[in-house]
Amino acid sequence: MSIKRKLSGLALLVPLITMAATPADAHRRWLLPSSTVLSGESELVTVDAAASNELFIFEHRGLGLNDLIVTGPDGKTAKTEIIGSGKYRSSFDLPLTQQGTYRIALVNNGLMGVYKLGEERKRWRGSLSELATAIPAEATDVEISQVASRTETFATLGEPTLTALTPTNIGLELIPITHPNDLVAGEPAQFKFLLDGKPAAGIEIEWVEGGSRYRDTAGDSKLTTDANGMVEVLAPQAGMYYLEASSSSDNVADPKIQSNRASYTAVLEFLPL
Amino acid sequence: MTYIPPLKTLAFGGVALLVASPAMAEKMTVSYTIPRMTVAEYHRPYTAIWIEDAAGKAVATLNVSYDVDLKGEDGRKWLTDLRGWWRKAGRSTTMPAQGISGPTQAPGTHRVTLTNGRKPLGTLKAGAYKLRVEAAREVGGREMVTIPFSWSGKGSLNLSAKGKSELGAVSLSIKP
Repeated sequence: MSIKRKLSGLALLVPLITMAATPADAHRRWLLPSSTVLSGESELVTVDAAASNELFIFEHRGLGLNDLIVTGPDGKTAKTEIIGSGKYRSSFDLPLTQQGTYRIALVNNGLMGVYKLGEERKRWRGSLSELATAIPAEATDVEISQVASRTETFATLGEPTLTALTPTNIGLELIPITHPNDLVAGEPAQFKFLLDGKPAAGIEIEWVEGGSRYRDTAGDSKLTTDANGMVEVLAPQAGMYYLEASSSSDNVADPKIQSNRASYTAVLEFLPL
Repeated sequence: MTYIPPLKTLAFGGVALLVASPAMAEKMTVSYTIPRMTVAEYHRPYTAIWIEDAAGKAVATLNVSYDVDLKGEDGRKWLTDLRGWWRKAGRSTTMPAQGISGPTQAPGTHRVTLTNGRKPLGTLKAGAYKLRVEAAREVGGREMVTIPFSWSGKGSLNLSAKGKSELGAVSLSIKP
């Protein structure tokens, strides 16, 4: 269970904490691509974006696509074609026009706050520049969190490349040691996690095989990054896997901000050898 | 503009080459059988033949059969179905490739003949290798047959293996 989920049990006691880096519910957030390893001159990947408990089942809600950022093999933003949003899922097409790896991400960085106006509880979301004017001077019990959430997947046309995977140094990020589109069942894969650009040591990772509807066990395992932010995952069987990492800290340099929270999820496909 | 030498020079060049090269380069023959199937929808499989060294690194792609001239579509789209080859060599090889790629083959036995020291085999140094033959069929299955072999640098070799589903008999022979 991730930190985020553990903390949700404390929701009644500490309202701020219910406002996790991801929206308030603890459902898993994922981007499920139609293919991750592709060939030819050009191709197309269609992606579903949803939040759910079961993997990868459309059973809770579709994710908004306003924060969708796809980075192409050249490091520039690649064009997507939004299909639309249903109740349980949102969908978009991503034409692959360049050879190499695409980083497909829903990225949400900013500030979240809770405060009281008299007896009334208020919530606020915005950026650092808006903070000064956003919270009324008479507000009490003000708690501001810096939040960064990233929901990712990857697709490669031709040979895997690294340009799109250059860290942004904001929030939690997966840095490939094993390329995320060079994953094979039975072969351990290694990733390094960064938090705001620095190795994310001791971060708890939830690792779950897809297809949870068709088994009796949750099928998730808990892993922890080492001192260098490294973690090794293994897919015993081929398929789509879900990875989730989160971190929370009260140690923030800016006195206006009380905590710093980051979350990361990824869908990774392991092919049979 | 390419310089075309007079005929006489060319002939001399040819003779010089023959003398300079070793007595005779070995011939490698890979034979593989695509089984006949009784299925409602049959498509000829994509196939790939390659050699890996002891470390599992692809040293040469010998042959790839795929839909080289599919009307209105890019037949390379399904090259990833040859999962083993795609990961080891395919994704870093430009297709079509002269002397390597060709159209898909009908059921039956097919032979690929190669010469040591020449493309696409290159020079096979003494060592341990794996010959891999992989087949993937649309609306069908995928299979990879492996023949491990060690090559001393000379002599002859005759090895075979058998597939269970998408490939029948596979054989490798090297003759001086």
